[in-house]
Amino acid sequence: MTRRYSAFSLFVEGLRGQTGWAPAWRTPKPKAQYDAVIVGGGGHGLATAYYLAKNHGIRNVAVVEKGWLGGGNTGRNTTTIRSNYFYPESVALYDFALRLYEGLSRELNYNVMFSQRGLVTVAHSEAEMEIAARVVNAMQINGTDAELLGPEEVLKREPLLNMSDRARFPVFGGVWQGRAGVARHDAVAWGYARAADRMGIDIIQDCEVEGFLVEDGRCAGVETAGGTIRAGAVGLAVAGHSSVMAAKAGFGLPIQSYSLQAMVSEPVKPCMETVVLYPGTGTYLFQSDKGEIVVGGGIDRVPSYAQRGNPPAQRQVLSGLLEMFPAFGQLKLMRQWAGNVDVTPDSSAVLGPSPLPGLYLNCGWGTGGFKSIPAGGWLLAHLIAKGEHHEISRPFDLSRFMTGRLVDEAAGSGIAH
Amino acid sequence: MQLFSCPFCGPRDETEFHFAAEAGKTRPEPAGEVSPEAWSGYLYAKSNPGGPSREIWQHVTCGEFFLMERDTLTHEVAGSKALRGQRP
Amino acid sequence: MTARRLSTAPDGPAVPFTFDGKPFEGRPGDTIASALLAAGVRVVGRSFKYHRPRGVWGAGAEEPNALVDVSLDGRTTPNLRATTEPLVEGMALRAVNARPSAAADRGRVLDRFAKFIPAGFYYKTFIWPDWHRFEPRIRAMAGLGRLDPATHPPADCPIVHARCDVLVVGAGPAGLSAARAAAASGGSVILVDDQERLGGALLHRHAEIDGRPGRIWAASCVEALRAAGHRVLASATAFGVYDHNLVGVWQRRFGRPDALWQIRAGRIVVAAGAIERPLVFPDNDRPGVMSAEAALFYLRRHDLLVGERIVVATNNDKAYAVARALATAGARVAIADMRASAAPQTAEGLSVLPGARVTAVEGEDGVEAVRVGGRRVEADCLLVSGGFTPTVHLHAQAKGKLRYEESLAAFVPAERLPGLVVAGAANGRFSLSGVLADGHAAGGGRGVAARSVTADDSYAIEPAWPGRAGKARQWIDFQNDVTVKDVELAARENFRSVEHLKRYTTLGMATDQGKTSNMNGLAAMAAITGRTIPGTGTTTYRPPFVPVPLPVLAGRRRGEFFSPVRRLVLEAEHRATGAVFREYGGWLRPGWYGAGRAEDEIAREARTARETVGILDGSPLGKIEVIGPDAGALVDYNSYQTISTLKPGRIRYGFMLTEGGVIYDDGVVSKVSDEHYVVSCSSGHVPGVVARLEEWRQDRFDPTRVFVHNSTPQWATLTTSGPRARDLVAMLGLGLSLSDEALPHMAFADTAFDGAPARVARVSFTGDRSYEVSVPSSKAAALNRAMTEAARAVGGGLLGSEALLLLRAEKGYIIAGKDTDGTTMPHDLGITGPRDRRQGEYVGKRSLFTENALRPDRQQAVGLAVDGDVPLPTGAHAVETVAGRRRSIGFVTSSYASPTLGRPIGLALVVNGLSRMGEEIELVHLGKTMRAMVAPACAFDPGGERLNG
Repeated sequence: MTRRYSAFSLFVEGLRGQTGWAPAWRTPKPKAQYDAVIVGGGGHGLATAYYLAKNHGIRNVAVVEKGWLGGGNTGRNTTTIRSNYFYPESVALYDFALRLYEGLSRELNYNVMFSQRGLVTVAHSEAEMEIAARVVNAMQINGTDAELLGPEEVLKREPLLNMSDRARFPVFGGVWQGRAGVARHDAVAWGYARAADRMGIDIIQDCEVEGFLVEDGRCAGVETAGGTIRAGAVGLAVAGHSSVMAAKAGFGLPIQSYSLQAMVSEPVKPCMETVVLYPGTGTYLFQSDKGEIVVGGGIDRVPSYAQRGNPPAQRQVLSGLLEMFPAFGQLKLMRQWAGNVDVTPDSSAVLGPSPLPGLYLNCGWGTGGFKSIPAGGWLLAHLIAKGEHHEISRPFDLSRFMTGRLVDEAAGSGIAH
Repeated sequence: MQLFSCPFCGPRDETEFHFAAEAGKTRPEPAGEVSPEAWSGYLYAKSNPGGPSREIWQHVTCGEFFLMERDTLTHEVAGSKALRGQRP
Repeated sequence: MTARRLSTAPDGPAVPFTFDGKPFEGRPGDTIASALLAAGVRVVGRSFKYHRPRGVWGAGAEEPNALVDVSLDGRTTPNLRATTEPLVEGMALRAVNARPSAAADRGRVLDRFAKFIPAGFYYKTFIWPDWHRFEPRIRAMAGLGRLDPATHPPADCPIVHARCDVLVVGAGPAGLSAARAAAASGGSVILVDDQERLGGALLHRHAEIDGRPGRIWAASCVEALRAAGHRVLASATAFGVYDHNLVGVWQRRFGRPDALWQIRAGRIVVAAGAIERPLVFPDNDRPGVMSAEAALFYLRRHDLLVGERIVVATNNDKAYAVARALATAGARVAIADMRASAAPQTAEGLSVLPGARVTAVEGEDGVEAVRVGGRRVEADCLLVSGGFTPTVHLHAQAKGKLRYEESLAAFVPAERLPGLVVAGAANGRFSLSGVLADGHAAGGGRGVAARSVTADDSYAIEPAWPGRAGKARQWIDFQNDVTVKDVELAARENFRSVEHLKRYTTLGMATDQGKTSNMNGLAAMAAITGRTIPGTGTTTYRPPFVPVPLPVLAGRRRGEFFSPVRRLVLEAEHRATGAVFREYGGWLRPGWYGAGRAEDEIAREARTARETVGILDGSPLGKIEVIGPDAGALVDYNSYQTISTLKPGRIRYGFMLTEGGVIYDDGVVSKVSDEHYVVSCSSGHVPGVVARLEEWRQDRFDPTRVFVHNSTPQWATLTTSGPRARDLVAMLGLGLSLSDEALPHMAFADTAFDGAPARVARVSFTGDRSYEVSVPSSKAAALNRAMTEAARAVGGGLLGSEALLLLRAEKGYIIAGKDTDGTTMPHDLGITGPRDRRQGEYVGKRSLFTENALRPDRQQAVGLAVDGDVPLPTGAHAVETVAGRRRSIGFVTSSYASPTLGRPIGLALVVNGLSRMGEEIELVHLGKTMRAMVAPACAFDPGGERLNG
């Protein structure tokens, strides 16, 4: 069976009708006990399992997923990857993820199509240009790439932007991060799953975790529809349902769940080159490799677990889109969907031990879960393996809500992420 | 677009409403005697249920805050009640 | 396929159009698809991946192949579906994904490499050296139509909000029957249908209902509904069901902009019919392979016989009526019925081959012959019917469950939702009498149900799902080029969940969203993995049902409508005096006056204000009245500083904090009386301050004892500031003593102006003697005239917002949100009194004592002084190097060249800034390094003498 992916193996398989490919992952029966169980088979959970095996040699690990792997927010997002943050703690986290993404296709032997086409956050006034400068300087000092663009430089990159005198949100310039980009979201989940499976990790789909096994005040495993699975440590990576799972473990989280919509147009030939965000409209977009315009915006205003889109938020996003790119009024909406995001008070993630010993948290990513997958997995693996924080995850500990040391990007940069 | 009921104005589109908080939270006071845990709990903790939920909403157009019971999973609205004369 | 019109006399003048540059003519009433078929165009487009030649498959929204870019009257629209788009004179059509034309597409060479690029091939290659090396070429090959950069569709689509007791989706026999019954029960009804003509299948299938031909019955139903005052919308597609029974409907209004209807229905009847799906056999994607039902549609609706020698491949009875109609119209028709039980019969021009499967289709660019049941049948057209898939989309979008009905080989609704019921073919009813009865019941069952005695409408079907792949490719998803082999590959690689199948192979992700392909795809996966069809399941149904133009969804919210700016009462007056407007906190305000260089005008205004006097339009500044016995308690609770201890007539400056202890806004509060205060705040924060006051009022106080009223828009405020401000105000004749004893700094007095109430307040945002004069908005122009005249008399001038920003920066006065950020607390500005001494509760109090609030390295607001005359760039960061690593210790928040001081001034937030006075710090901006000295924030008149000067 062919396991290694390459142009050559694809060619050889082409000669024999693509019949020799090995399964991307097995469908194992859960064992009674693992060294670690990860709840949630999305990007973060699968990456955690992969890095447990790779970085820490812990291979007796199961990932337990209630549906199909990659079926939560990993498969519902708008795939943007960036580290254009203000605070050093944030840049350290997201740039770590970005750097891992840069080598991910080769590392996983799976093309996740990370396309570093750059992202521009447009500034609409002189005052916003001042904030843009503040952000660019912060990014440069914190060691990631950033440029302050003038209006001509923005237009050179996206000639179809609205430059009419009557534009509600004129283009004064913007923050440019050239290393930012987009990736194929499913491929990230599949790539990690395949690589983790190859290292012996059991990925168990269609298996819902119904509760936690607690012994001597410590999390000792999970209760599933298929029975108890004991574990030395448990990691929770269930974006969108973190509060519900935390309640089963007996504690609360500073999280509110909201729907986040995304949508795509019908595919057209290439007509934009970068990722563009307008703070004025709250809309951001890029063109997928397939040719669809992929559009996202802010979260819905009503707390919800419903995972479906809502016309008011959709109208806001789409009217914003046409305000940005008037020519895109030629396009039609092909599909819309929604994810279910965990929003924390400071819109930053929660990484670290939970109030239940033996259970570790990876949640609260809000709208930024996809871009942080490699880092989220790496850091949760570190927490599980070492029982303590990695330097990068420490500022994101749950305790910050007690001390008040929030990592609130909107507070520092005026830009909500 | 959801349809919510203001106890004073009747059913209106969701865009007229503002989610304030989950019901039942009381501000811990006096400040000098409030532990960091209690303050953090008041400021940040959320029960965030996936299902039936009791929430405080404001009908922005009339300004009144009220109690609404609804399901965060199905979006079914069980009912809403004025807060006048009672603490949620 | 050698399609031809049956009648030679069209009922109107010819409709000229071009396709891929060649001229053709259609007939009035044509769709693009019928016109292309009639014109003999067989290859109408190319598939997405392999650039296979493709012809028209269907006759409606399910069409996967016939997509065209349409240019008309200088406007281009890409990816229009030829089957649903009426032909318009002068249309220039261009096949998508083809260069130079669909017939001679250069990309067709790709098909030769198909075996090397199966489903998901891109995940397995392009890894070395790097994806970026390949991506541009992949992108250029992908995509369908071409956007025209010069076409900017206007924001002219209205949104219509409507409500009704019953909304019926679909005006075929089920929908009409339902609408009749619903109307009979006395409720309001809205009937929508995506076709221009109403009647659904009754328009192309012969039927008799209540003794009349089906289409006549349909027309009379519609007429009766309209006559009874119900709404009937044609060319209107219900594309999505949202919360609480809201249905989104896209209405095309030819000649006028399309409209979006948002219909809130008590009950929704989904009578959306069913869609014929292909049979899966080798080369089933050839141009000329077409839906049997579509062929009947073209025959009856467009007078178009799609072929002369036709093979009809079927697994069900519905195709027989099609075959007979085509034979009657003059074609030679052979029915290849997969069912062995099919009765071999021959009629005029019609033969039946029982148990016959299609094994090959010959003809690269159009069907030439069909291999069926071991024979080679010469044919110019191959019609197929693999059965009908009920259109359950709206039910499924509303989270309705589905059940697999073996006898129908279809998923049908498994439950009746509280507000939504499915009827007719969408509900798995395929005989006309059953459809009418089902519709009648769904509509409430009132009145007399329509009856049909049409004999010829049985729907016996034997499932014919794809199985294992053979040597030749068998297409499942036409547009995205997904074959049975691709499904096998997905199964082999363990992408067995239907969602994985979809994502891995792109099955059902094309612009038709799998309307013809999803069932065959999941059935193939079921067969390959040895599972049942219901055990394999369906993917999630998501809106929209058909692609909807973005301008329809976006509505008219564009340009200023997107988020309207607030405008000053005196905007016209300011424009007349040369104001250059900028947006500040949502308000359009004069940034400066005059046509010179902005910096020069701003410096001139600032100098004038410092030397004599300036007038500023301060109307947007918040004026929020808090009234009632508990008013003092509420404003105290709202503020960091205690307010209620003021004497009536006096004003206090202070902060409003968030519960997190952060400065939300600053402003002044005036005490009118013990039961009346006026809270002023920055213009952008007015809605937020009103909201927090209202929230605390209702949450914490007895709401019958205190009230909050935002009177900002009722007043116009002109502020005059400078050494001659008192002289200026004196000239207004306000009948007020302006002595410092009668009206000291931080006091106000009520008086009258031009017969209306007026208020004069002494607060200063410039550090100079200032008077805010407020009058009702109706008196704004009069006040403006009076003050401008008075200013002229004392040598003063106008003051825009930019000069004001400069003047206040000279004084070190902060702008909340500019010179503070979302972490700044009052003690970061050195204001610690209330925190240290104030008893009682106020918003944010507890948060001033958290570990974070007390940390020793907080950023504090300071001034910065620089040598030379170049101001620091706003946004530059202060840095220090610790252990070889540079880190930010703050940033410049405001920076100006001060014309008053003749040197640059700056404000910044710097870690421990208040204890760094006199320290030189390093700053960086866009890679450049500079230095500055930490200084007090106030750079001008630190003693404050000018307040009374």
